[in-house]
Amino acid sequence: MLKIAIDSLGELFGKIASAQTLYIPADRPDGEAEYRKYEPGMKLTGRLNTVRSAKDFFFPQTESLVDFKVEGKNIEVIDPRKECEDFVVFGVRACDARSFTILDKVFLADPVDSYYKNRRDHGTIVTMACTRPAETCFCGTFGIDATAPEGDAACFSDGESIFFKANNDKGQRFIDSISSLLEEGDTAKLDEVQSKTREILKKLPLAALSTENFGGDKLNEYFNSDKWGELSESCLGCGTCTFVCPTCQCYDIKDFDTGHGIKRFRCWDSCMYSDFTKMAHGNPRLTQLERFRQRFMHKLVYFPKNNDGEFGCVGCGRCLSKCPISMNIVKVMKALEEK
Amino acid sequence: MQEAMISKAKALLADGTVTRVIGWKRGEFVYDVTPAVFESAQELDEGFVYDDFTAANVSKYLIKESRKEGKILCFLKPCDTYSFNQLIKEHRIIRENVYIVGIPSDGKLDAEKIKSKGITGILSAQRDGDTVKVETLYGIETLPLADAMLEKCLSCKSKKHVIYDELIGEDGEVIDSDRFDMVEKLENMTAEERFEFWRSELSKCIRCNACRNVCPACSCEKCVFDNPQSGVENKAPADSFEENMFHIIRAFHVAGRCTDCGECSRVCPQNIPLHLLNRKFIKDINSLYGEYQAGEDTTSRSPLTNYDTEDCEPKIVHERGVE
Amino acid sequence: MQVNDNKDFQPTIVAFCCNWCSYAGADLSGTNRLNYPTNVKIIRVPCSCRVNPMFILRAFQRGADGVIICGCHPGDCHYTSGNYYARRRMTLLFSMLDYLGIERDRTRVEWVSAAEGQKFAKTMNEFTEAVRKLGPNRRLEDLRCRKQ
Repeated sequence: MLKIAIDSLGELFGKIASAQTLYIPADRPDGEAEYRKYEPGMKLTGRLNTVRSAKDFFFPQTESLVDFKVEGKNIEVIDPRKECEDFVVFGVRACDARSFTILDKVFLADPVDSYYKNRRDHGTIVTMACTRPAETCFCGTFGIDATAPEGDAACFSDGESIFFKANNDKGQRFIDSISSLLEEGDTAKLDEVQSKTREILKKLPLAALSTENFGGDKLNEYFNSDKWGELSESCLGCGTCTFVCPTCQCYDIKDFDTGHGIKRFRCWDSCMYSDFTKMAHGNPRLTQLERFRQRFMHKLVYFPKNNDGEFGCVGCGRCLSKCPISMNIVKVMKALEEK
Repeated sequence: MQEAMISKAKALLADGTVTRVIGWKRGEFVYDVTPAVFESAQELDEGFVYDDFTAANVSKYLIKESRKEGKILCFLKPCDTYSFNQLIKEHRIIRENVYIVGIPSDGKLDAEKIKSKGITGILSAQRDGDTVKVETLYGIETLPLADAMLEKCLSCKSKKHVIYDELIGEDGEVIDSDRFDMVEKLENMTAEERFEFWRSELSKCIRCNACRNVCPACSCEKCVFDNPQSGVENKAPADSFEENMFHIIRAFHVAGRCTDCGECSRVCPQNIPLHLLNRKFIKDINSLYGEYQAGEDTTSRSPLTNYDTEDCEPKIVHERGVE
Repeated sequence: MQVNDNKDFQPTIVAFCCNWCSYAGADLSGTNRLNYPTNVKIIRVPCSCRVNPMFILRAFQRGADGVIICGCHPGDCHYTSGNYYARRRMTLLFSMLDYLGIERDRTRVEWVSAAEGQKFAKTMNEFTEAVRKLGPNRRLEDLRCRKQ
């Protein structure tokens, strides 16, 4: 397998960044990590994952769709889209890598979302296998192997070197473009690290969580469950879980009046918000119970129903650590399973 | 403490004083406790918890809970009682339907802060004097208590319960805290530095509204930022100004009513020090219009719904401090 | 503090004037043929305490370079006490803006009575000049509203 010494990562990043824009997860002063545009001297974070997921690169929180310029009685329609440049996202975890498969099912299904597709076509995802999973991780529940991530190309660290493996043509092209810095290496130590990680994955507190009781055929069983009341009782109705989630893909389209024109933009929306389903006739989801139920039913029942059994969660654990009142999909799954 | 609280709750449920109990429910890990309502002794035994991670302020839930049938028992930490009192003052909670048991708190731990020190795979955390011992999947780590404690507890303003029906343990005193130190530090920076500080902090905002929704002072039925008719409604920060607007207006709207409970900063997923905005208002109010602690009582007028003919002129802002 | 080098810069000034004193003061300065800059756009409000902090931020968001609030002198409020409340609110708001690193000379409160046409013109001249020196408002503007 081709590898590079960890000490030479700066050189590697420099080479990638000289050809296209590179984003890596880097440390923030407050101890959290976030994806940042690479600049010389920047280091990979030691944190397992970023607060905001990697979906931002393809489905940003806000984006302009169309501008209208009004002059007298004339309206000019302007397409604000710029030519998207090639970019590389380095160090994506296995959970986030799977989230792109889920987002693709939504945005690349007919009718194709050209804004999303544009960025997807120009982005190369280089994943990084996990070696120190956290207690909040449960990607295994959704059949994700944290030690063998998806993405265009995957990286594996044995503590001294980083090994590269292409998962598709795009990934191969990426590895070819940096091959001058890589050398053939022995994977004996890597295999050892990998098997150690697999042992830890088995010991995680949520390792036993299973999706066997969930899926497209569970609508009637769970929709009217009396558990929703107590589960949603303390929900604040904020959008933290939705906005840190790598798979939440609901958005709103709005017009902004600039005083001299209109900007039509799309922004993330959250089913936890009271006006999410507000329509001219009123709102069918009147209490937090219905909104809360929607979020989890969507991930555990509706999404698999419409997408060949694929669940709308990747077990990244962000909502587990970020929810202000610590209510999350794991607690919901466990409560619903109790008969 | 937890046992004393459970037996108190059971006794009050049994003699019919209350029909429900609001407290904290054990989660999957040591730190992910959720505010919850318990209705029976069995439920209390199964899930009620009060430990180093039960930081959530439950007083805002009582707006809704006190309107339900029957009386509810709530356990309030000293800082929570200020929020509760302020809500009473604003006629948001029906006092007769709440039975308050004051409980002491010697500061709560913050799992996010522990994680930010690079500790992962947390299985348990034990306080031991001035240190915290954290058992993880990767071995045992020890860190100083200050590195693991919630920001709001490190600058605790009071151990005194300002409202209660009954106390467990001794009541404490108002503490001479150092909570305005950081505000002062910022005030002494140049305008340029202050701008850079706030721009870098506020630009992290993802507008999840957690700060607003958890805030006991933010109890409007419909927030102006959720109202399409207001002209300022926005679900996402579209550019650098948006997040400033939201946070300035929110801080202003709770000025004079904010008890400095610190929940906004606790829940922020991006660790924005939002309490520094509120504390600036509190500090200004204290220095310009006399000492005032929101939630201390239920009768006094809030500084912003009050005035004195001898008040200072706004140009004082232009004349003092660092430019 | 930044100083604007561009001598041709024409700031946009929004002046919230109370109906009973300052707006009449502006009228008086007009009938007395006193000059004050055309940069000043007056918004009439029933009382200075009608000015919600949001109005001020909105004005900055949409392209104002300076915002001034004018009302009756303390003690002379048409509604007895409105300007006393406004005084506290504006003091706290300006202090907060200063804390956030916004140039402090972009905001001002001035008490102008219906008889003070002269003061109105003088205030507006001074304020416009102060804001002109600061240059365009970049810290509180909404980029989407900037005219290309």
